[in-house]
Amino acid sequence: MPSALVVRRAFKPALFVLCLLPLLSLVWRAFGLADTNLGANPVEKVQDTLGLWGLRLLVITLAVTPLRDWFGAPWLIQLRRMLGLFAFTYVLLHFLTWLILDQGLYWSGILKDIGLRPFITIGFLALVLLVPLAVTSTNGMMRRLGRRWKALHRLVYAIVLLGVWHYYWQVKADVREPLIYLAITLVLLGWRVWKRRGARPVHRPAPASAAAREPASTPNR
Amino acid sequence: MHIRRPRPGASARIQPSEITPESVYLNRRTLLQAALAAGVGGLGTAIAPDAVAAIETRSLEYRRNQKYSLDQPANSYEDITTYNNYYEFGVDKGDPAANSGRFHPTPWTVAVAGEAEVTGKFALEDVLKPHALEERVYRLRCVEAWSMVIPWVGIPLGDVLKRFKPTSKAKYVAFKTVLRPTQMPGQRYPVLEWPYVEGLRMDEAMHPLSILAVGLYGKSLPNQNGAPLRLIVPWKYGFKGIKSIVEIRFTEREPRTSWNISAPHEYGFYANVNPKVDHPRWSQARERRIGGGLFDSRVPTLMFNGYEQEVASLYRGMDLRKYY
Repeated sequence: MPSALVVRRAFKPALFVLCLLPLLSLVWRAFGLADTNLGANPVEKVQDTLGLWGLRLLVITLAVTPLRDWFGAPWLIQLRRMLGLFAFTYVLLHFLTWLILDQGLYWSGILKDIGLRPFITIGFLALVLLVPLAVTSTNGMMRRLGRRWKALHRLVYAIVLLGVWHYYWQVKADVREPLIYLAITLVLLGWRVWKRRGARPVHRPAPASAAAREPASTPNR
Repeated sequence: MHIRRPRPGASARIQPSEITPESVYLNRRTLLQAALAAGVGGLGTAIAPDAVAAIETRSLEYRRNQKYSLDQPANSYEDITTYNNYYEFGVDKGDPAANSGRFHPTPWTVAVAGEAEVTGKFALEDVLKPHALEERVYRLRCVEAWSMVIPWVGIPLGDVLKRFKPTSKAKYVAFKTVLRPTQMPGQRYPVLEWPYVEGLRMDEAMHPLSILAVGLYGKSLPNQNGAPLRLIVPWKYGFKGIKSIVEIRFTEREPRTSWNISAPHEYGFYANVNPKVDHPRWSQARERRIGGGLFDSRVPTLMFNGYEQEVASLYRGMDLRKYY
């Protein structure tokens, strides 16, 4: 197991750069560096890329706890906050791209879309729900909220499902990709359910309160 | 370069040279001059845009039909041939260009069937032979709310259909795309029911705006744009423009259409461009013109895609919300 220092000094900076790559690639192409470009519909390219990475990072965030348990790698938890905050950043930029570049701040259309078009309503709702999670992601907030922090951050289960639904509904006919995201999400959520229901009485006959199983410093989402 | 800041006081005016690569733009000028020099109705010889890469297309002989031109500059050959929908080659806009290399559009046969006196199988050359090819610059509005301006080369659909002598029972005309899963990888998965089918009411098909296209920018259609023969109905959403047509059938009843089969509440038989009737999942009021930069805004969509004067009479008295 890597030491806390290695995680902090090496893994986290590496992950930071990794998470930044999709965004950098868009910027790179927007400026046409090295003869690259964003294709015939640059606004759509930017919007789709940001949305897709927002969803991917949400799913990856959701995968941290299962991966920790499957591979016995508790240090993975230390990367989760960064993943979650990057997910929020991409989703926010995806929304802002739609609002500013695509819709051109054409408010009557925007409000109508958010209110009347279910797939946009769902996406917007997912973004709104992400805000409190991002705001309460600091150590101070974790301490202050205590047990409630964990309950609050369980919202991410619903958020990921909303994100997948938003993607599914946006697709015209080929729903294969959204369904792959749905399948992965259901495995990650299903495993949590299975762990709670099945594992407690059978594999852990000893008193296993949530607090004992998961130290407060690494809250389990 | 895709970042383009609007110039003060000139936000709405886009210079043709900004959208079409300069070489293509200049060639189009030469082309027009050649056509003018040859006199109205004279044959202009196609000049290949420099943007043409390795795609095997041949130059066509055609006459430019000045009646169908637009103030807007045409999209670049590159945009038209690398950003489009052709689900037979994949569902992403870049897929048709990437995955259509193994498609063979020659030789090509078109079957004519149904309520007509002349039916049977015809070589494409024989279908086209009696007609003079003409270039028409049309707007194309996709149901996904983006649009292009495309210089098609083709022939009026009505002129072709008349040669098959449709009977009085022929109320509609149905079209079918070729089924070749080995050459069209998208057909290996039932995203839509294959083969793709489309149809028009007889009066729509006979309308002078409806054409069968065999080329664009003066060259034969590249595979990704529907080689060798496709339908163009400029006042309808792009998906009505069925590609790689192998069958034309005259029918008494309204034919089935692929997108309507796939999602009947979203895509109707008529599919007329209509800014007032939204797609259930998105607005059709405004569209994004392909070819603009990151900071170009959407423009209002025009009723019947700007062809209202020509085609509104076809739908007089019809509830276009019901017949979407």
